Amino acid sequence: MNEFTKPIPVPDADSAPFWDGTRAHKLLIQRCTNCGTLRFPARKSCGHCHSDASDWTEVSGKGRVYSWIVVNHPVPREVYGQEVPYVVALIDLDEGVRMVSNIIGCDVHAVTAEMPVEVVFEAGQGGMVLPKFKPQA
Amino acid sequence: MFTLKDKYAIAGVGETAYTKNSGTPVLNLAVEACLKAAEDAGVDVKDIDGLISYNFGDSVPAIAVATALGIPHAGYAVDFAGGGNAANLITLSAAAAIESGLAKNVLCFRAMNGRSGFRLGGGREMQARGITQYTAPFGWITYPQAMAMWARRHMIKYGTNAEQLGHIAVTFRDNASLNERAMQRTPITMDDYMASRFIVEPFRMLDICLESDGACAVLVTGADRAKDMKHKPVYIMGGAYGGGPDQGEDLFDAIRWPDHSRNYAAYIADDLWKSAGVGPQDVDVAEIYDCFTYSIIMQLEGFGFVKEGEGGPFCASGAIARDGSLPLNTHGGLLSEAYIHGFNHVLEAVRQLRGDCGPRQIEGAEIALTTAGAMTCGSAMVLRN
Repeated sequence: MNEFTKPIPVPDADSAPFWDGTRAHKLLIQRCTNCGTLRFPARKSCGHCHSDASDWTEVSGKGRVYSWIVVNHPVPREVYGQEVPYVVALIDLDEGVRMVSNIIGCDVHAVTAEMPVEVVFEAGQGGMVLPKFKPQA
Repeated sequence: MFTLKDKYAIAGVGETAYTKNSGTPVLNLAVEACLKAAEDAGVDVKDIDGLISYNFGDSVPAIAVATALGIPHAGYAVDFAGGGNAANLITLSAAAAIESGLAKNVLCFRAMNGRSGFRLGGGREMQARGITQYTAPFGWITYPQAMAMWARRHMIKYGTNAEQLGHIAVTFRDNASLNERAMQRTPITMDDYMASRFIVEPFRMLDICLESDGACAVLVTGADRAKDMKHKPVYIMGGAYGGGPDQGEDLFDAIRWPDHSRNYAAYIADDLWKSAGVGPQDVDVAEIYDCFTYSIIMQLEGFGFVKEGEGGPFCASGAIARDGSLPLNTHGGLLSEAYIHGFNHVLEAVRQLRGDCGPRQIEGAEIALTTAGAMTCGSAMVLRN
C-alpha cells in the first residue's frame, strides 16, 4: 500500500449525507427545519436557533469566488508534486454558505475575484467523490 | 476584561539558542530557558510554584518541566491548547493565577523543536476526519496556504500588493541584522524579496517565517516582589484574548469566518486598550505576530494603528522601521529571528523596555505592545517600564 495518498474524507454521523450526495452527483447542504438556516459544515444543531431538527436540500452548485490561492510548492511533495500548480478557493454558494474547493477547468492564473463558478463532481480516492468548481459556462 | 493593571510584572527572561537543529529533546530546551529566566530575575528555582505553557505540534508539558527543575511545590502547572495565538494568553493567565492565590512566581514558557522535530504543515494523515474532511482533500493543508487565502482577500478588497509585503520582510531582516540571536541576519533588498520564489501565491518564500528549534521563558510575579528582584520590573498594563464569532473548529479552517481581510485583532482591540488605559498612539515599540508578512497588516488595522485598508501603505511608508513612527519587530520577528510560536516577541518587548537591546534599541521606549495570532483568535498585551 502506498504510504502517501491525498487525504481521503472520512464521513461521520453529521457529514455522511453530504458525501452520499456527492457520490450521487448532488450538492446537498444541511438545512435547519425550524428556522431555515443552511449550515456548512454539517453538525447536530443549528448555531442560529439551536434546534436539532434538520434535513438536506440540494443547492444549485453555483457560486462565486470569495478568495483563492495558487499552490506552487507541494506539501507533502510525494502527494502533490504532480498536482502543482493548483488553485484552492473559498466559494460562496448562491444559497449563502461558503465552501473550500479547487477551481479546475481554467488556467490557474485566470481565476478572479467574484468569478462565477459551478460545481463539477470528480472521483477521488477511497471511493469518495469530491465537489470541485469550474468557471460558469 | 483584564483588570489587573500594573499589579503584576515580568521580572525575568531567558531563552536557548535558536537553531535549525537543537540536537536535544524539547524538555531540555524548556528547562534551559526556564532556568535562565529564573536566574535573570534572581529567583531561586525552589520558589517557583507555577508553570504555564501552550502547545500545538511539538511541545513538552509544564508538569514535566516542573519535575525536571525539581520544583518542590508546583501548585499550578497548566498547558493551554494553542499555537501562536496563546503567547500572551499564558502570560496574562500567570497574573490571574497569582491574583487568585494559586501561585506566587510563575514561569511561562514555549519550547519546540519546530524544525528538527514536528514541522507544522509538514503533512497530514491520509484520512481527513472532522473539519479537515472539508479542507484537506482539496490540498488545503498548510499554514502558508491558509494565510495566503486571507492575504488574497485583503488584496481584493483594498489593493494591498507585493511591494507592501516586501517592505515588511526587508524591514524585519534589517532589524535582525543587529540581533546576534537572529537565525537570519543577512540583509535583503526589495529585489531579493521580489525574486524569491512563490510558495503559495500570493506568498513568496520571504513572506513566510522560519522553522526553528528553541525555547523561551519569562518569570511573572507580583509588582511588589518584582521591585526587589535583579532587574527593573516590566509591568503588565493590560491584555486581551479572543476572537469573533464563527472562529471555526481548528486554527485554520475559517470556513465560516465573515471577513477574511480582518482578523482577531479587530475583535479584542477595545478590551486591550481599555484594560491598559492607553491607546495605539501611546505605543513606543510593537512586537507583532508575523508568522507571515501579511499578518502584520491585519493586526495594525485591527488594533487601530491605521484604518482598515491602510496597513499596506503604512508599512511601505517606512513607518515601521526603527526610526519610523511605530518601530515593529525590532528583533527581526518570526520572519528573521526565530519562530518560537510568538513567545520570543514577549522577550523582545521586555528587553526593549529595559533598554537592553544595544544597536537596535528604540530610544526612550516606555510602552510596548506584544501580539500573538494571525487568524480567527489571538492575544495581545501592553507592557510598560
